[in-house]
Amino acid sequence: MNIWFPLLAVAILVLIPLGGVGGANWSYLFGIVIPYIAFGAFLIGFIYRLVQWGRSPVPFRIPTTCGQQKSLPWIKTNFFDNPYNGVGVIGRMALEALLFRSLFRNTKMELKGDRPVYGGAKWLWLAGLVFHWSLLFILLRHLRFFLTPAPFWVDLLAGIDGFFEIGVPTLFLTDAAIMLAVTYLYLRRVVIPQIRYISLPSDYFPLLLILSVLLSGFLMRHFYKVDILRVKELVSGWISFSPVAVEGIGLSFYVHLFLVSVLLAYFPMSKLMHMGGVFLSPTRNLANNSRLRRHVNPWDYPVKVHTYEEYEDEFREKMKAAGLPVDKE
Amino acid sequence: MSLVKVLKPDELARIDFRPPRTGWMDTPAEFKPGTWCYSAAPKNLKYLDLPNPREWQPPDADWKLPVNWKEIILGGFKDRLEKYRSFRLFMDICVRCGACADKCHFFIGSGDPKNMPVLRAELLRSIYRRYFTPSGRVLGKLAGARDLTVEVLKEWFYYFYQCTECRRCSVFCPYGIDQAEITMIGRELLNLVGCNINWIIEPAANCFRTGNHLGLQPHGIKDMLDFFADDIEERTGIRVEVPINRKGAEILFVTPSGDLFADPGTFTCMGYLMLFHEIGLDYTLSTYASEGGNFGLFTSHEMMKRLNAKIYAEARRLRVKWILGGECGHMWRVIHQYMDTLNGPADFLEEPVSPITGAKFENARATKMVHIMEFTADLIRHKKLKLEPSRNDHLRVTFHDSCNPSRAMGLFEEPRYVMRNVCNNFYEMPENTIREQTFCCGGGAGLGTDENLEMRMRGGLPRAKAVKHVHEKHGVNRLACICAIDRATLHSLMEYWVPEVGVTGVHEMVANALVMKGEKERTADLRGEPLKGMETSPNA
Repeated sequence: MNIWFPLLAVAILVLIPLGGVGGANWSYLFGIVIPYIAFGAFLIGFIYRLVQWGRSPVPFRIPTTCGQQKSLPWIKTNFFDNPYNGVGVIGRMALEALLFRSLFRNTKMELKGDRPVYGGAKWLWLAGLVFHWSLLFILLRHLRFFLTPAPFWVDLLAGIDGFFEIGVPTLFLTDAAIMLAVTYLYLRRVVIPQIRYISLPSDYFPLLLILSVLLSGFLMRHFYKVDILRVKELVSGWISFSPVAVEGIGLSFYVHLFLVSVLLAYFPMSKLMHMGGVFLSPTRNLANNSRLRRHVNPWDYPVKVHTYEEYEDEFREKMKAAGLPVDKE
Repeated sequence: MSLVKVLKPDELARIDFRPPRTGWMDTPAEFKPGTWCYSAAPKNLKYLDLPNPREWQPPDADWKLPVNWKEIILGGFKDRLEKYRSFRLFMDICVRCGACADKCHFFIGSGDPKNMPVLRAELLRSIYRRYFTPSGRVLGKLAGARDLTVEVLKEWFYYFYQCTECRRCSVFCPYGIDQAEITMIGRELLNLVGCNINWIIEPAANCFRTGNHLGLQPHGIKDMLDFFADDIEERTGIRVEVPINRKGAEILFVTPSGDLFADPGTFTCMGYLMLFHEIGLDYTLSTYASEGGNFGLFTSHEMMKRLNAKIYAEARRLRVKWILGGECGHMWRVIHQYMDTLNGPADFLEEPVSPITGAKFENARATKMVHIMEFTADLIRHKKLKLEPSRNDHLRVTFHDSCNPSRAMGLFEEPRYVMRNVCNNFYEMPENTIREQTFCCGGGAGLGTDENLEMRMRGGLPRAKAVKHVHEKHGVNRLACICAIDRATLHSLMEYWVPEVGVTGVHEMVANALVMKGEKERTADLRGEPLKGMETSPNA
C-alpha cells in the first residue's frame, strides 16, 4: 500500500487537468483559481509553520559537535564543524544548506567476515545535491516567464545549462540531471530493504509528484509544445493581480501547472518543510560555547532539591565520627 | 558476569539484517531475556516523588498503568511540543532518507530495524501525527499515524531503553535530528506514567539523598579515599593528602562516584590524587557533591536539574573559586551543555585560571568548570609535570572517544595530547569509529545493567570489533577512555569480545608516568602489575 497508493494518487492528479481542461475546458479554474489558491496555501502554510517553530523556545544549547572544540589556545579548533561563535555557525549552516555537509559524511556499514567496516557512501549525498541544485536552477530559469525582459543572469543561467546545445530546443543539463537524481532517490526507497521498511506513503508521494512535474515540463518543452507568448500573457495577469483566462495555450501546460499547484499546496503540510526547518535545527544552528556564555531557558522553574543542610542533618554524626568537618556541631 | 544466558560471541555476531515480513506498526515489541532492564523499585520512585510507584516488570501483560495514562501521555506530549523547538522540529522535518540507519550501534549489533534511529523516532512521530497534525487525524495510517495503545507504550519502553543517547546518528543527519533528544523526551513521557528502569532511578534516588549514584555515605567516601592513599603510598612511598569538604579551598573537584568504587575506575581516581598532590593543588573533594554524573539526564530535564543543583550549591558553601571535573562522559554533557542554564549563573565563582601555569580557561568563563583533560593538557604543555612515559611501556594503548565529550563538546585533542605524553605506544582505531564518529560502549544512558547484557554486547559490538582490529594489527592490550560508565561497561565488553584487552582511565596512565618528588623506585604500575623490565624485581 505504501508504494502503490502514491503512484495511484499521482496518476489521478495527472488525469484531473486532462479531464478538466482537455474535456471540460475549465481553463479559468485550472489556469487561475487553482494556481492562486495553491500559491496562497503555500505562502500562508510555509510562514505558519516557520512561525510555529520559531515561536517554540530553545531551552538548552545542544549543538552536535563534529570537530575539535575551542579550548586551549594552542589546540587547533574545527571552526565550521564545531563553531564557537556566530560567524562559525553561519559557516556551518551555509555548508549544511549549500553542500549538505552532514550527508557528505555518510558511510555504509558492511560486514567483512564478522567485523563491521564503514565504507564511503556518497551516492545519497550526490543525488540529493544534484536534485536540490538542479531544482534551484530550474526555478530560476522559470523567472523568464515572470520578468520581461528577463534579467541577463537568467539568460546566462539558461545559456550555461543548455551549453551543449543538444537538440532543438536545447536540452537543459539540469533537466536530465534532476530526473536521474529523483529516479535514483525513488528507486533506492523501493530497492533497499531497510529504506523500504521505513518509507511511508508521504515519502513516495512527493518524489513521484516532483517527478511528474518534471516529466510534464520536459514533455511540454520538447514534445507537446505550447504557445509561450500566451503563457507569458497568463503569467503577467497573475502577477498584476488582474488575471485573464488565456485560450489556446495547450493542454500539456495545464497538466504541468496543476501538478505544480498540488505540490505547492502540499508543501507546507509535508516533510518538504525540511527546507525551512533545517535552518532552525538546534543541533546545528547554535554555537558550541555553552561554558563561555550563559544560555537562558525561558520557561525555567524552581525544582525540589536536596539541600546541604538536609544532607548534613542526616549524616552529621557519621561525618563527625569520620573526622569530616560539619557546619552545625 | 551474567545474570542471563548470553549467546557465544560467534553466535551473537551472526546478525540478520532482513526486516521482518510484517510492517513496523504491526510488529509489537517482544521482551526477550537479556534485552531489557528491570523496572524501577517503588521505594526509589517514592524517594524522588515520581508518579505511579508499584511492583511490575516489563514482560508482564499488565503494566499497572494509571487509568488515565493516555491522557497523561498526550498531555505531556503537547506540553513538550510547546517547550522544545528541538522536539517539534524533529517530529516534523525528517524525510526518512535513512542516512542514520546504519549509524546506530544497536542496529549494527542487532539488525532490528526499530534500532535504526529513524524508526525509533517514528515510534513517537506516528503518535504525533495521529494526535497533533491535521493530516494524521484525517488520513490515519496513510499519513503514517497510529493510535496510542498499551502496545505502543511498551514499544516505546523497549526501544527508548535501547538507545544510549550517544548522538552518533545526529552527526550524519542532514537536518541534525538528534535521536538523543527524542529518546530523552520519550523517556520523560514514560516517566509520567511510572515506566522507568531501576538502573537509572536507583542511582538517581541515591544521588538525591547521599550525593552520589552509588549511595556512598560521607564516612564511606572518606574510607575509600583513605584506602586509595594507602595504595598510593605502597606504590610510590608517598603519602598524599585527600582534602574533603574543606572550606576555602581554591578548587572544588567533582568526579563520577563510580571511580571510588570499582576497578579500573579506582586507579583513575588514584591518578587524580597523585597528580593533585604532585602539583600542590589547593583543592577539595565534597561528599555532598560527590557525583559528577547525572542520571537525571536519563530520566527527565527536571530530574537533571534537581541532581545537578548540588555542584554549584557546594561550590558556594565551600567558597571555592572554580570547579574542576573528572573523567566522565554524560557528566560532561550535563556540565557543558546544561549546568549553567539549569542552575547558573555561577557569578559567585571566579573565571577559572590554572594556579600552576596561570593559563586562563576562557572557554569555561561562564560555567566556571574545567575538564580535567583541559587542565592536565595545559600542565603538560607548560612542562609542569615530570613524566616518564616508558613506565607505560607494558601497555599498547588505543583510545575510545566517549560519546558525550565527543559529540556534545568536541574534546578530541586534549586527551590525545595527554596520552602521547604519558605513553609510547598509542594506536588509533579506524577513523570511522573514533572522534565524532565514535561508537558507544553499548551501556550508556543507564543501560549498563547485567539483565540487559545481551543488548549491551550487541550495542558494544562496533566498538569491540574496532578494538579487536587494533589488537590484531598492533597488539593493543589496553583501551583508554575518559568516562566512568565506559570503565564499567567496556570491561565486560572486552571480556566478551576481546578478552586480551583491559580498560584504563587516562589519568591512571598519567599517574603511572608521573615522576613524583621523593618517590621510591617504581617497579609496578598502579595496579601492581610489573613495569616493563621489572618483571623479576622483588618489589613488583
